[in-house]
Amino acid sequence: MTKLKLQSLHKRESELAYAERQLEILSNGIFKSGELPKFKDKIAEIGQSPLKPKKLEILQINLGYMCNQVCSHCHVDAGPDRKEIMTRETMKQCLEVIKNTGAHTLDLTGGAPEMNPDFRWFVEEASKAGIEDFIVRSNLTIIRANKKYHDLPEFFKKHNVHVVSSMPHWTKGKTDKQRGDGVFDKSIKALQELNAVGYGLPDSRLRLDLVYNPSGAFLPGDQTSMEKDFKKALQEDFGIRFHNLFAITNLPISRFLDYLIASENYEDYMYSLVEAYNPTAVENVMCRNTLSISWDGWLYDCDFNQMLGLKVDSKIKHIKEYNEDLLNNRNIIISQHCYGCTAGAGSSCQGSVA
Amino acid sequence: MDNNYYDPKDLKKFGDITEWSEELGTKYFDYYGKVFEEGALTAREKALIALAVAHTEQCPYCIDAYTVDCLKRGVTKEQMMEAIHVGAAIKSGATLVHGVMMMNKVNKLDG
Repeated sequence: MTKLKLQSLHKRESELAYAERQLEILSNGIFKSGELPKFKDKIAEIGQSPLKPKKLEILQINLGYMCNQVCSHCHVDAGPDRKEIMTRETMKQCLEVIKNTGAHTLDLTGGAPEMNPDFRWFVEEASKAGIEDFIVRSNLTIIRANKKYHDLPEFFKKHNVHVVSSMPHWTKGKTDKQRGDGVFDKSIKALQELNAVGYGLPDSRLRLDLVYNPSGAFLPGDQTSMEKDFKKALQEDFGIRFHNLFAITNLPISRFLDYLIASENYEDYMYSLVEAYNPTAVENVMCRNTLSISWDGWLYDCDFNQMLGLKVDSKIKHIKEYNEDLLNNRNIIISQHCYGCTAGAGSSCQGSVA
Repeated sequence: MDNNYYDPKDLKKFGDITEWSEELGTKYFDYYGKVFEEGALTAREKALIALAVAHTEQCPYCIDAYTVDCLKRGVTKEQMMEAIHVGAAIKSGATLVHGVMMMNKVNKLDG
């Protein structure tokens, strides 16, 4: 991977900060020339075009793009210089939806969702809705970033939050290369603190899962084997326990797309994704059971479409006018980035799908 | 034959060898697939062995394939390089140990 940049694409005023430019790249070149088939044609072969939602199971809410890290692969282009933050007013609109949704999982993400000043208020309110699985995607280092975050493990425990955290490797070198200097040591400390309050222990109801995504232009290996390797290494080296590992494929958008182009890996990577296309994975891609809500309340088929500015193809486009039945009738918006979710064993925010 | 003996795209055509000898090709790929399954050795350990052998055999296709396979399985670059040194040590050792044969011959003829 090229040297880690310390600013977001937005701050650097890169052309790839603009969704339109990313979509243009994904639709032209090898896909326009017909060298590689477009995603819509691949799914048409198995009668899945247009792609339709199934039962809504997961509401994923992005509380803002601000983050204490600037990871090289970040599809959100998150970082300390991003100021987009969900307001309490939008959170109240989300709470109304959470109370009435048929979804069983609430998934809070960012940026670092904990950096939203109303994060704790929102978690307290949302946890009253009795959602079955309440996920917070924590980058771990936030727990160690400032004194005001040190009690997060206790806070998560109090609200029975399911913690899902990124951990790209069990070694310092590979982790810091992708996520920044010092991230590995802080993440290890944070994991130990989560373990100390009961997270991740074998019979604990306090769920702690890790997310692995590759550090470069290659696809993730088998999730089950990777989980075994992670568990063995983290336990032997640091006494850390966790429940499951989700192996996630890097999608060719935002900072990862920037890296692919800069390192001249873009075409080869797209070839790898298309060659690894697995029709079985299409059945369970996350856009079919998930709705993604942005910091400003707009609705998207998934977190990736959110970052590409592709709002849902429905009359209902904003949380304030939310209508689950109408939304469930929409067509899912696709482009070539979707190959990332159907490669190999498939990929979603919950890991493999096939 | 084009201008190069080796073309990276040919790696993807490896399976085509079955077209001209179906039974043997199929048996070979079945065997190959079975060998790399998790067994007494993990798939990760097998990928590292394959990477070392790929180098001693100096097969560009295998180096390409097993470098990517090792990365996918979380093998670090330090582990990959050490594996190659293991291969190199055995390869050079295999050359050097034949020096004893030369020594024996010299000793017999001119000792």
